[in-house]
Amino acid sequence: MERILSLQDIRFSYTPDDPDSRFAVDGVSFDMQAGEWIAVVGHNGSGKSTLARLIIGLLFPQEGTVGLFGDPLTEDNLWEKRSQMGMVFQNPDNQFVGATVQDDVAFALENNGIPFGEMTLRVQNALEQVKMDTFLDHEPHHLSGGQKQRVAIAGALALRPRLLILDEATSMLDPQGREEVIRVILELREKTGLSVISITHDLEEALLADRVVIMNGGRKFAEGTPQDVFLKGEALTALGLDLPFAMRLSALLKEQGIPTEPGTMTERKLVEQLWTLHSNR
Amino acid sequence: MMEKMVFGRYIPGDSFVHRLDPRSKLIFVFIFIAAVFLANSTLSYALLLAFTLLSILASKVRIGFLIGGLKPVMFLIAFTFLLHIFFTKEGDLLFELGFLKIYEEGLRQGIYISVRFLVLVLMTSLLTLTTSPISITDGLEVLLNPLKKVKFPVHELALMMSISLRFIPTLMDETDKILKAQLARGSDISSGTMKERVQAVVPLLVPLFVSAFKRAEDLAIAMEVRGYRGGEGRTRYRQLKWDWRDTTALLILLAVIIALWFLRG
Ligand SMILES: Nc1ncnc2c1ncn2[C@@H]1O[C@H](COP(=O)(O)OP(=O)(O)OP(=O)(O)O)[C@@H](O)[C@H]1O
Ligand SMILES: [Mg+2]
Repeated sequence: MERILSLQDIRFSYTPDDPDSRFAVDGVSFDMQAGEWIAVVGHNGSGKSTLARLIIGLLFPQEGTVGLFGDPLTEDNLWEKRSQMGMVFQNPDNQFVGATVQDDVAFALENNGIPFGEMTLRVQNALEQVKMDTFLDHEPHHLSGGQKQRVAIAGALALRPRLLILDEATSMLDPQGREEVIRVILELREKTGLSVISITHDLEEALLADRVVIMNGGRKFAEGTPQDVFLKGEALTALGLDLPFAMRLSALLKEQGIPTEPGTMTERKLVEQLWTLHSNR
Repeated sequence: MMEKMVFGRYIPGDSFVHRLDPRSKLIFVFIFIAAVFLANSTLSYALLLAFTLLSILASKVRIGFLIGGLKPVMFLIAFTFLLHIFFTKEGDLLFELGFLKIYEEGLRQGIYISVRFLVLVLMTSLLTLTTSPISITDGLEVLLNPLKKVKFPVHELALMMSISLRFIPTLMDETDKILKAQLARGSDISSGTMKERVQAVVPLLVPLFVSAFKRAEDLAIAMEVRGYRGGEGRTRYRQLKWDWRDTTALLILLAVIIALWFLRG
């Protein structure tokens, strides 16, 4: 397994000159292997977006290093590293640059000087991957939020990135749009082995990840598989985080004297336990 | 009202004119505008008018629609016409009614100026009607490319224009939303004195500006993340294709200009 990202003790403050300012990201370290999906969760202002901006080189840490694909990220290799990453933001409208779907997908390709012939192929291909290939000439204001986000993902994919960062990419979407986007990402990962960092407030989404990083006040509070991390239960609610729905329901059922297996996090597992409950007695 | 407006509107279609390269259409219209000032005789004006009508036919835009949409301009043309008729007092007296005297030269000048005005408006409207704003931007960018040598920011301006065009509907929606939100709070911009109305616009504009700046900031970040660092080393996804149609169109224009030259009085 190749290590594609390695954060070493990075610290960043938006106001480094102010002596009593606190760090927006304060001593965070973690590694990521190729093909992994990491979910980053945490309360508002816990430094998640700042972390993402540090990884893609929009900001540089005051201390520590960001290692990408084997080398540390510097001002000199910034554009080369950035061309291997894609990032999708929260607001579907504010990241649509092109006049039509295909123009928008081609934007990053144009910037990186990809020749025209190759460009048309890649645009078509990327739009197929997100199932938007029949919308080539549509204008952004005739698309739904979920469709725009899928176009944004295609725009990132067209460059064939090794790492895709989603900063609350589904948070402005309705449940249907959210599901569309998540399904697309899941399929992509399966097919292309893309590595994904998804910053999210949606815990059901976090449960799909290989690993969860919990941020609190700029620091990394916990890291591990979703199973391990969410088992901390109360410690997480104390940080102002929610727990996955199935866990909350399990806790309530327990109060009513209906025990479920510890570590039941997904709805499917819970349902399975509930309907076999009677026969197990 | 807005539906009928022709100015700056694009109507997709599939005609000879629609298929022309934006570059040839821009060059065509520019040369045409200059050529209009060559005309100075009845025959030359007749040629201009006929050529304009033929161009409209070739674009398959309905003439009724075009004239209907240009009503405000038509008023202006009618006004200049009347002005000339009543105030030019040269040539033979054609008609007299009380103090109203119409002279031959006045009628002639009135018609000339109106035709000149009309063909200019029709041709430029035809350009915008048959070319999408983004194609016009592309065409301008390529045509103005030589200006890069003198450090004129051609690429930046074209990008600015295309982004503005892209955000017009978004900001329109937003204006609508804010308007409704302010209406719900009791603001009213459709009644009251002029001063009250102007004051009522302020709470509409402030949130609109705030959100536009926020959007601009987000967009700048999104562009940077996608590798945008100016026009250097960029390739183009929208390709412009110059084909036989474009050459034909310009040759026809050349023929018309030569004819105009000979028809000059
Ligand atoms: N551009 C900025 N200038 C100054 N301070 C900022 C800026 N952006 C964020 N901050 C501060 O940095 C801290 C971390 O913000 P960040 O946006 O990374 O949080 P977040 O976890 O992404 O929150 P959210 O869930 O609301 O998106 C916050 O205290 C915030 O106020
Ligand atoms: Mg954030």
